[in-house]
Amino acid sequence: MRLLSIELFKLWHNRISKILIFGYFILIFSIAILSTIEVEIGPINFHLADQGIFNFPFIWHFNTFMIALLKIFFAIIIVAMIGNEYSYKTLKQNLIDGLSKGEFLRSKVYAILAFVGISTLLVFIISLILGGIYSDYNELQIVFSELEYLFAYAVKLFGFFSFCLFLGLLIKRSAFALGFLALWQVIEGIFYGLMKWKLSDLIPFLSAEQVFQFFPLNAMGNLIKEPFSRLSAVQNIVDQIGEGFSKDYGISILNISIVLVWSALFLWWSYLLLKKRDL
Amino acid sequence: MSNTLLQLDKLSKSFGNLKAVDQLSITLEKGKVYGLLGPNGSGKSTTLGMILNVINPTGGSFTWYQGKRTTHQALKKIGAIIERPNFYPYMSALQNLRLICKIKQCSYETIQEKLILVGLWDRRHSKFRTFSLGMKQRLAIAAALVNNPDLLILDEPTNGLDPEGIHQIRKLITTIAELGTTILLASHLLDEVEKVCNQVIVLKEGVKFYEGPVEEVSQSFGFFELRANDRKALTQFIKTLSEVKEVKLENNYLKVLLKEELSEEVLLKKLTKANIYCTHFVKKRPSLEDQFLNLTQS
Repeated sequence: MRLLSIELFKLWHNRISKILIFGYFILIFSIAILSTIEVEIGPINFHLADQGIFNFPFIWHFNTFMIALLKIFFAIIIVAMIGNEYSYKTLKQNLIDGLSKGEFLRSKVYAILAFVGISTLLVFIISLILGGIYSDYNELQIVFSELEYLFAYAVKLFGFFSFCLFLGLLIKRSAFALGFLALWQVIEGIFYGLMKWKLSDLIPFLSAEQVFQFFPLNAMGNLIKEPFSRLSAVQNIVDQIGEGFSKDYGISILNISIVLVWSALFLWWSYLLLKKRDL
Repeated sequence: MSNTLLQLDKLSKSFGNLKAVDQLSITLEKGKVYGLLGPNGSGKSTTLGMILNVINPTGGSFTWYQGKRTTHQALKKIGAIIERPNFYPYMSALQNLRLICKIKQCSYETIQEKLILVGLWDRRHSKFRTFSLGMKQRLAIAAALVNNPDLLILDEPTNGLDPEGIHQIRKLITTIAELGTTILLASHLLDEVEKVCNQVIVLKEGVKFYEGPVEEVSQSFGFFELRANDRKALTQFIKTLSEVKEVKLENNYLKVLLKEELSEEVLLKKLTKANIYCTHFVKKRPSLEDQFLNLTQS
């Protein structure tokens, strides 16, 4: 708790991070705005909320997927909170004042955990409210099914933020770290392309997808699959065209494990970096 | 010995081929005021960096409180200022000190007292980034004192300050030393060290060059600065005295170095007897600076 309060003290008194944090939490509520979208084209009255996106238990899937997109806001805060410690040289001062390197890292990780917790809680509450208003099914059994999406949401955020923390420590400059994050996304894509192209020729029993699922960002993305093609409206259309397909939208234990292992690795590497470096 | 605060045992740090600190062994005891002297690049800051947990030693070891506390536990009882003051620029003086109290796990109660001591209480709500360098340095001293430390480590505390700032900081250090705080003052400004320290450690190229009481560094009988209208006669006469080691002409003054005690009174009498009358007659102790240059250049 002491370590968490140290980190929150640092964030709380920084106006920019305060704005970003509040902005992030307010944006979470902005998903509610989706419910008000109503389009009228001639005779067709399209009300998004009526399309079933807020039906239990589908809402858990939809909201966690949509709101997870906002995580980049928080990534900025995390990368900045590391970058600042380096540029203000306060990391050095913290150590001189008697914080150990392990404690320093833990204070950051606790802050991340706290925000992941709050964020998950907010998603839970907002989904419950929206579902309560718009859902066609209100039986408790249905309402509280598929809650594993919330768990996957928390894991996804934690994995992503651990990656940001590691990049922040590795690169020390917030802007470059964010740039590298974007670059990394591209690198993963290029690797995927290369593997798709050549891998099965080289190693016949291995497909590109099998390897790709172990890449950190892709693994995080895989945790919660896109929910749109699961919408009944979309499925109806697909059925009419006659191209029925089935896709597994569930949360797989394997994916969860991959992301958790990556998180552990990122945190461990962060610790080693911190330990090894002279300041 | 229960008074030992810090012990360095053959502590070394190399950066590649460069040996910044080479097998340094020092013991610091409670209640003394130490001066760590050495020209720029002699390994002072690297040594302090190692004992302060920010630089990893490449050899040897050090223990705080005879090993009864881990380094980071010990540092909570220490106050240290390294090179430049590092604070969160977006926080006020008060907020920065509160954060340090959280890290050091000490109460907020001393903050007011320390801010008054360094003369920043009126500016406590100003953001750190609005401070001048002198104020930043004074805030750093307040921060280092906020836990009433067992040992205060100061690394070049007057570096980069204007004369007024230097004067303020020196006065502060003297005040703190008089309050009985153990101090380790690293500096290349020797009069600073001479005024407050009673023990000195001299470093040169990472090696301990000298360690002992300040008086012993300046263990000499001092020198006279003389001038007379008849300089020739004066020089001749002085050279006949058995207490004199060397006579030099410096800035139009005759600088007379002694190898034995010779008081002003005795010399004056002798000169008068010899019918030599000085227009300038001063006895001086060599400054630590002279001694230091002697030590490190030889």
